[in-house]
Amino acid sequence: MLRILRKTQRVGVITEPLPEDGELALEQVGAQLKARVGEMFGGSLAIREVDAGSCNGCELEIHALNNPYYGIERFGVHFVASPRHADMLLVTGPVSRHMEAALKRTYEATPDPKLVIAVGECGANGGEFGVSYASCGAVANVVPVDAVILGCPPTPLKLMLGILEAIGKRARR
Amino acid sequence: MTQEQRNSWINTFVDSLTLRGAEFTMPRSTSLAPAALIGVRAEDWDRVGQEAKASDCRWVAAWGEDCGQQFTINVCLYKPSDYLVVRTTVERATPVLASHTPYFPAADRPERHIQDMFGVAFMDHPDTRRWTRHQAWSDKEFPLRKEFPAAGGIAGSTPPDDQYRFLSAQGAGVYEIPVGPVHAGIIEPGHFRFQAVGELVLNLEEHLGYVHKGIEKIAEGRDAAGLARLAGRVSGDSTVAHTWAACMAMERAAGVTPPERALYLRALMCERERVVNHLGDIGAVLNDVAFAFGFYQFGRLREDWTRLSGQAFGHRFMMDRIVPGGVTTNIEQSAIDAMRQQARALPEELTKLMAIVDDNASIEDRLETTGVLSLELAKALGCVGYVGRASGQPFDVRRDVSYAPYDRLTVKVPLYRYGDVAARVKVRAEECLASCELIAQLLDTLPSGALKATWSAPSSTVEGVGMIDGWRGEIISYVRFAADGRIARFFPRDPSWTTWPALEKLVRDNIVPDFPVCNKSVNGSYSGHDL
Ligand code: SF4
Repeated sequence: MLRILRKTQRVGVITEPLPEDGELALEQVGAQLKARVGEMFGGSLAIREVDAGSCNGCELEIHALNNPYYGIERFGVHFVASPRHADMLLVTGPVSRHMEAALKRTYEATPDPKLVIAVGECGANGGEFGVSYASCGAVANVVPVDAVILGCPPTPLKLMLGILEAIGKRARR
Repeated sequence: MTQEQRNSWINTFVDSLTLRGAEFTMPRSTSLAPAALIGVRAEDWDRVGQEAKASDCRWVAAWGEDCGQQFTINVCLYKPSDYLVVRTTVERATPVLASHTPYFPAADRPERHIQDMFGVAFMDHPDTRRWTRHQAWSDKEFPLRKEFPAAGGIAGSTPPDDQYRFLSAQGAGVYEIPVGPVHAGIIEPGHFRFQAVGELVLNLEEHLGYVHKGIEKIAEGRDAAGLARLAGRVSGDSTVAHTWAACMAMERAAGVTPPERALYLRALMCERERVVNHLGDIGAVLNDVAFAFGFYQFGRLREDWTRLSGQAFGHRFMMDRIVPGGVTTNIEQSAIDAMRQQARALPEELTKLMAIVDDNASIEDRLETTGVLSLELAKALGCVGYVGRASGQPFDVRRDVSYAPYDRLTVKVPLYRYGDVAARVKVRAEECLASCELIAQLLDTLPSGALKATWSAPSSTVEGVGMIDGWRGEIISYVRFAADGRIARFFPRDPSWTTWPALEKLVRDNIVPDFPVCNKSVNGSYSGHDL
């Protein structure tokens, strides 16, 4: 136990104060995100992630949102196990035909009002896989999509920005 | 014949096949070097399976190809220290072949994949259910036949696949737990069907194929650069290793040799990919046994490494940095220094963290003797990578069928025999240490010079095979060019083909709540398997 405490103390708080990734720093994006989530979702935005056919690269970056650098939960955003608990679906991949029905069912199981974000080049436009006998291509070809986050895969900061933008769009509606 | 050919097990194998009455349809060829290539008649296919079993080979992979009037079927075998590809043809009108599954359980799903994609029937296969095909095409259509259009024939939406015939179990107190395809976490889709009594798992059956994206089909007609991009998306977590394997196959086919510096940079990226994935997974295993400290510490290290890869190579996962003929990206001196520093610092951090983990009796209790894969099963299923190495299978392409630049380096391969979750975690931690040593060696001896050789597409129907040891283990990549220099056939064999069946077996007799930790310790790729 002592060693755990010592290690924790020595590493210190690495959760990012201010990296300069692109124009907007994590802390700023996070603060805005937290404010929006506070206003619109009572302080808690529940996301259900759905891999509808991705190469798994996008999942790695979505995972990274929970690592101690990004720690997205501190902004009130958390990932839930069931679509029934979700405010938002984060959908990756070109939608494989074999996942088409499962994605539709997940969409239907998510209570209204809901937001759907298509993640990655694949989710946005089919990416390297496009439309084929095995792939429906973009997520929007299968369920209604409110926003896309481009990138192959999008970085964690881009993901946070994309989520922020999507809920901002909703606010304006 | 070279000295090496004279000493190889392949000579004895060929002699025994001849004694069993097999006839060869082509002279032994080097067109798939370093693998040897022989051809046999279709009626000799069962003899090949028998003899491979008798010779104690590892059954590595199988793939087909539509060659007009005939389908070519290939099987790749391995025995220290040579690969052998045996090829046969079946008539399009009567596509029937003996199954190797009675000899090698490892052949089970690969043969069913060929059955679904080409319509070749494997006689005496113990399980003729479809595997890769769900409901996106009919049982009369075969996507990898040339006449099947890549766009497919079905308009409208694809129905769910709820008619798959799962095994069932009966008896007092036996119940089923269906899980997926959409899982609870941020993870790829697949279906697991458990039969359990109380907390005990009696049986697990996997139903995969949900993320089948038609990779083999949409590879056809691409140029070399396009294939490299696609290969980098067979399994995103192994993007470096898969791209390298595909480029190696294309380069061997086209007779292009990448410059030394490019080879070193490829290995550097590949070792970084290994470290990052192992770190992330060790953290995830610890998370599954509720040791949050471990999850965050390993998550921190993983992110540190990912970030430096992004700074050094311009992409956090180093996607699309390997191209036919070489690499796209040079690295700055500052990045070299930072990577050297990182490889120097990690072993100490890791050793300390692993000591904390070892000290925790409750973690030990959850990881030791959990999810045991016996040596016999690991061997029968042809397990490679850390799953194999935790169960006494020492194979590592980097060391055993070495390729540049590893042929100049010392590759240390950890080996355990307990086959439990704890052993897989240990192998992965030790592989990180070994990779740090390799990274230091690569950086110390990094040659100067060009990043890329001129790529010229071949003008005949040449073929090549690439073998790369990625973080999950051996990747096999087969490529054939058409005469116009475009891709006629691409088959990537991710090591997950060998570990998914292993997961089914190793979770038996464990309690249901230990499934996540068993699964994470194996961490098969769905995308890499479903193609
Ligand atoms: S966008 Fe890129 S990383 Fe994401 S699923 Fe598609 S290929 Fe993979």
